[in-house]
Amino acid sequence: MRGAAHGRGGVSVSERLLQVRDLRVTYPGRAGWGRSGHANPALAGVDLDVESGGSVGIVGESGCGKSTLARAILGLVAPQSGSIAWRGVPVPRGDGSALRRLRREAQIVFQDPFGSLDPRMTLADSVAEALVALEGPTPRARVVARVAASLAEVGLDPSLASRYPHEVSGGQCQRAAIARATIARPGLLVCDEAVSALDVSVQAQIVNLLADLSRRHGMALVFISHNLAVVRHLCDEVVVLYCGRVVERGPREAIFASPRHPYTRALLDAVPAPDPVVARRSSAVPAALDASVRPAPGGCDYRPRCPRAGPECAARIPALATTGTGHAVACHHPLSTAG
Amino acid sequence: MAGRALLDVRGLEVEFDTPRGVVRAVRGASLEVGEGECLAVVGESGSGKSQCFLACLGLLAAQGRASGSACFDGRELVAAPRGLLDEVRGGPVGFVFQDPMNALTPHLTLGRQLGEAVLERGLMSAEAARKRSLELLARVGLPEPEARLRQYPHELSGGQRQRVAIAMALMTDPRLVIADEPTTALDVTVQAQVLEVLRDVRRDGRSLVMITHDLGVVAGIADRVAVMYAGRVVEVAPVEALFASPAHPYTAALLASVPRLSGDVATSLAGIEGQPPRPGEIGAGCSFAPRCTQARDACRTRMPPSHANGERRVECVAPLTGAGVSP
Repeated sequence: MRGAAHGRGGVSVSERLLQVRDLRVTYPGRAGWGRSGHANPALAGVDLDVESGGSVGIVGESGCGKSTLARAILGLVAPQSGSIAWRGVPVPRGDGSALRRLRREAQIVFQDPFGSLDPRMTLADSVAEALVALEGPTPRARVVARVAASLAEVGLDPSLASRYPHEVSGGQCQRAAIARATIARPGLLVCDEAVSALDVSVQAQIVNLLADLSRRHGMALVFISHNLAVVRHLCDEVVVLYCGRVVERGPREAIFASPRHPYTRALLDAVPAPDPVVARRSSAVPAALDASVRPAPGGCDYRPRCPRAGPECAARIPALATTGTGHAVACHHPLSTAG
Repeated sequence: MAGRALLDVRGLEVEFDTPRGVVRAVRGASLEVGEGECLAVVGESGSGKSQCFLACLGLLAAQGRASGSACFDGRELVAAPRGLLDEVRGGPVGFVFQDPMNALTPHLTLGRQLGEAVLERGLMSAEAARKRSLELLARVGLPEPEARLRQYPHELSGGQRQRVAIAMALMTDPRLVIADEPTTALDVTVQAQVLEVLRDVRRDGRSLVMITHDLGVVAGIADRVAVMYAGRVVEVAPVEALFASPAHPYTAALLASVPRLSGDVATSLAGIEGQPPRPGEIGAGCSFAPRCTQARDACRTRMPPSHANGERRVECVAPLTGAGVSP
């Protein structure tokens, strides 16, 4: 993605669809019931760039800030500080009309399609509602035609258009949610665990559909998932989040073939291989420490779980440093490129 | 299966009364679990994999009923009197559920919950129960077991709760542990640790049934695999054979749907066209036929025949060649 921009002589801001800088989000903590009232930041200064038509996967364990990042991009949670620019134009925080303009171009699909569609509206009505909300009053005949085309594009049988969410399967419902999000031809689709609740045979269909829509319309994807294998199939670039910080980012090949951060390595090693021969050969079990253990602030958040941690890991927060083309890692003791 | 069957399920049927009529969730499922083996039961949502084992232990919801046969160690469990079921459940058979938060009682200490089954049955003294609890908490890898006994479920993370649930299932030293999607709610790193604990569960020659939709989990732990589709067991095979040469077109398509961390990414994922049938919408013939690329006329009109060869069994009109289970 960055490579494409470099090829045309340096990154110009106008080619960049979305630019997020130093985004910080803290949910208010509440004292009592065993909590101190002191809140850990959900995002502690995250940068993210998305080029037109690109696909960025965001991975990490629960609580790492993936979903907060998805919501913050679309202004669904208010960041404390940081900036978001869309096609080079800053999106001012708290500006309702700027947010509405942004949402015409940036849409989101959530994990649970039954929760994200109105149970009292037919699938076609839900899709039509999005069209009218985003593009304003539209002649009835035009709405009907656009909705039919959109449902066909996501592979929903016309006979299902008049069904309610509870009358269709999870996969069909997720297709309707994708139609609703893409009917106004957004430049960016954010998918927050959009295939995680689906069975594997249906998950594959939806992954293919998203790849197809992205290719056909030059629509960029920000794909948030805990499933690294799905991200590998769908995304050109991968961002690894840990405790609200980017610990590694890079092109797909670099991240999966030679990760530099010990955490990325541990995540990859933990994925069970769907092959009994391979699965029985590898016996490495990652460090037994729980992800819920957050160390005192000031150093690398991963240090209590890290086999390579040294004294400097407790002393300074490692900065994200470039280690190759588009590849950056935030670690005092990164793994060698050989893996 | 090498040894004698510890759990022998024959022609099990599970039906539910719903507002839209009777729904058959399990339609004549047969499988067996040998002494000391791990059987993985794989299938997508609604395939009946969980209901099959809940029915064996008399744990169906009120509007459900089971028929057919499920023998545990020679004793029939289907329609068995409450007394026998109570003796088996939480006794020689332990159960681990998907959601460890709901499996634990929120207002009781872990020590109290761990001891409940053995104390209720009068199997151990309070002191012996405490000693065994500590032993098992250490074995499932929870640090500071002494302190854990005084803690409540909300003080633990999801992975820690699932370890406690596994320890609880082991308190009565069961011969069979049934784990229903025990790692589905967990992060991959935590999943890897819990799977290690479950592998250890088998160390004392215990049998394990692993109900899952994750073929990666299956590959790492199972000896044999039963594949379920629309309430029927469509294929049974040793794990290596199943992954190397699936006999049922559904098994093959499922394996091709799994995204992988290695190999080519240029091609799109295979997927399976269509949707699994909703219970109640299952017609005559093979229930996979509408989605099957190999389907022929015979598949749509009559139930597919069952073919067996040694340890393998498949229910298909035309099993894939290469698996050695062809008619």
